[in-house]
Amino acid sequence: MIEYLRQFFSDPRFQSGYDGIWQRIAEHCWYSLIAFLCAAAIGLPLALLTGHLGRGDGPIAALAAVGRAMPSLGLIVLLAVKIGVFNFNAALIPLVALAVPPILLTTHEGLRAVDRAVVDAARGMGMRPLQVLFRVEIPSALPLILSGLRTAAVQVVATTTIAAVISFGGLGRYVVDGLSQYQYYQVVGGGFLVVLLSVATLVLFSAISRLAISPGLRRNR
Amino acid sequence: MISFERVTKRYPDGTVAVNELSFTAPDGAITVLVGPSGCGKTTSLRMVNRLIEPTEGRIAIDGTDVRARPAAELRRSIGYVIQHAGLFPHRTIADNIATVPRLLGTDRRTARARAHELMELVGLDPSLAKRYPYQLSGGQQQRVGVARALAADPPVLLMDEPFSAVDPIVRKGLQEEFLRIQGEVAKTILFVTHDIDEAIKLGDKIAVLREGGILAQFDSPERLLAEPADEFVEQFLGRDRGIRRLTFYTSTGLSLQEGPVVASDTPAPSARDAALSAGTPWLLIVDADRRPLGWADPAGLPDQGPVGNARLTGFGHAFVPGADSLRAALDAAVLSPTGWAVGTDAEGRVLGVISQEAIGSAIRAAHAQASTERERAAEKAAAADESAKGEPAAEAAAGTGADPAGSDAPPSDEVPLEQAR
Amino acid sequence: MIAANVFDLPSYVQHSYLGLLGEQLEVSLGATAGGLLVSLPIGQACARWRLLYPPVLGLVTVAYSIPSLALFVFLIDYTGITDTTLFIALALYSLCILVPGVVDGIRTVPPEVKLAADAMGYGPARRYFQVELPIAAPTIMAAVRVATVSSISLMSIGAVIGNLGGFGQLFTTGLRSFNLSLVWLGLFSLVVLALLCDVLLRLAQRLMTPWADRRSARA
Repeated sequence: MIEYLRQFFSDPRFQSGYDGIWQRIAEHCWYSLIAFLCAAAIGLPLALLTGHLGRGDGPIAALAAVGRAMPSLGLIVLLAVKIGVFNFNAALIPLVALAVPPILLTTHEGLRAVDRAVVDAARGMGMRPLQVLFRVEIPSALPLILSGLRTAAVQVVATTTIAAVISFGGLGRYVVDGLSQYQYYQVVGGGFLVVLLSVATLVLFSAISRLAISPGLRRNR
Repeated sequence: MISFERVTKRYPDGTVAVNELSFTAPDGAITVLVGPSGCGKTTSLRMVNRLIEPTEGRIAIDGTDVRARPAAELRRSIGYVIQHAGLFPHRTIADNIATVPRLLGTDRRTARARAHELMELVGLDPSLAKRYPYQLSGGQQQRVGVARALAADPPVLLMDEPFSAVDPIVRKGLQEEFLRIQGEVAKTILFVTHDIDEAIKLGDKIAVLREGGILAQFDSPERLLAEPADEFVEQFLGRDRGIRRLTFYTSTGLSLQEGPVVASDTPAPSARDAALSAGTPWLLIVDADRRPLGWADPAGLPDQGPVGNARLTGFGHAFVPGADSLRAALDAAVLSPTGWAVGTDAEGRVLGVISQEAIGSAIRAAHAQASTERERAAEKAAAADESAKGEPAAEAAAGTGADPAGSDAPPSDEVPLEQAR
Repeated sequence: MIAANVFDLPSYVQHSYLGLLGEQLEVSLGATAGGLLVSLPIGQACARWRLLYPPVLGLVTVAYSIPSLALFVFLIDYTGITDTTLFIALALYSLCILVPGVVDGIRTVPPEVKLAADAMGYGPARRYFQVELPIAAPTIMAAVRVATVSSISLMSIGAVIGNLGGFGQLFTTGLRSFNLSLVWLGLFSLVVLALLCDVLLRLAQRLMTPWADRRSARA
């Protein structure tokens, strides 16, 4: 394994240029970020609404189940064949579509799990519905909301790798090219970098959680 | 004051939770809504701050209909305390208490200072200000809940079974603290509980509701115990309401005997003489500070030496005439192995002793006096009713059970019995 | 395309539809089952020795974040481009879902119930199988459902590395030959299969534990 990595990092093809490591990493991050932000922009407001109102438990659970069943590769290929292999949206749409269910589900569940007595007290004290949502429900549900966002982020990073099959950039490129060129070290190098990126995402969200979540919520599970 | 005027809550499926409820909760006093589950007490409470809207009828605070203002604005002027406190888990204790002031626009520093004031008022250690709710005990959390409700100094407080979720010892402490706080702040309070004892202990006025949200009786606790309106109320009050009534009679009038009280250094023979002349079966031996040591049987005294050397029987506990009720005096007498109660002053020095029989006569005398006073007050009220018809004598009018003569006395503040709880 | 012909795959796919189905079921269901077998003792250990759980949970979270393609790729060196690679990878992912599920399930068993069982004379093994597992079952089954559906769907990614991945191969060949109907077939098959397994597992759960509160175990 180490041998492969050494080979990979010393190969001049990957030092710079369109196939360079940093280039690929940047591409990967960029695609992942856009997809993640789109998914969050769709999932968060919707889930905040349903969670606050307490409606939609069934449909959201169903959506989550379907989302889990959906094969990412299949969706990407489908869109690629339909709207063109080099079309950015061919990868973006599946990425976003697959990342929305976890965000939707966890945020919704998080809001629903907020202690009813706390919400009752907040209303009884004179907070308007939006104030209850933003000042009480969301802060209380933050651990779950952030965990949902984290899951979605990690998933997006992973799925972006697969987008490489339709001639995308990003770190998946190394894997796909390496496989077709029978250069196993390239495959391993790509995989290794993707794992690093995943773990970095995890660490990032851990840090955000540590900062954003009130110490009052850190009950030992 | 909070007035309920024929308030009804009917749900779409037909259930009637509150049925033509009418009463007035007086200013600066605690009015308790009590009853079995399903009697609509919590529903009624939540209609005051419009968490539930009535189907019919009107609720007014100091004359203004609660619907006159937007709900959120109304709620900021009413304190709200619920079971399990409902503290915001993500905020510190101080920030929890400061919630309503901040909602009203107070700056953070003033709000936090106010929070500290309130923590002191409710008896919380100031070091808890920066802690989070999960770090506090149930009793502490409830205190925070009360402090939070009082933070914006609202004139009205709504409390929904606030002390039910803690264990009995903590609850007793909270109730006593609460009475002390009310003594200082004198809010108009509407309090819901299912515990009739809590209602009697805390309430200045009690509204007993029966299933279906119908008012069974609205009275002072003392009158409630004396004259339950019907069988339901009587059953709800429980079996020992006669004894419980005694908490409303003071022990000031009791005449204590000093004869049998003997200092421990008195020589035994003279003590025996004292017993004979006083004609009492027992002697109470006290120490140099006049604190009670125990009872001594004159027949069993040693022939010589100070009487303190004799075998003494424990005296149980003493009562303080004036401060304690007749019930406490009776309890002391019953508890005492000799059937005699020891009366002391506030510092524990013996004033005298009294027999169970003497206390019994005092009780009968108190009863007699109370009913004469009630009759006199009823006559006065009937006369007043005829001359001034405009008075919303709501509690006399609607549903205080079947009283054919219609001579329901007005609020018991006219009956001059001291409330010695 | 008439329905009858839809399942006749073109020759360049190198498998029959049933063959793909078989491979799909064998690998993904097998992997989930394997993951369950391993996660039961691990979960039990974590529930018993509380200090063990946080590090295990951390490991599991990190492992789950490894993109499936990367994991397949790493395993190629050891198990080659075969179904075994997929099997191991999918089993690992199932583990990541099942261990927390098992721990949560065990934690739902009220301590009073265990005490009562002991007091009645249940030995430790009997107590485990006849009292604790049944009570933990709803929560565990919820996790099993999630793991199963995920395994079925994740397996398709195996097609990227070679002639593997069950229905995933319909995607790669569909892409290569621009055969849209293959892609649709693959999507349809996978989603239907996954949802079918979910429903069957729910049914099984209900049959096993008719006394359970349905609301407590949501996917």
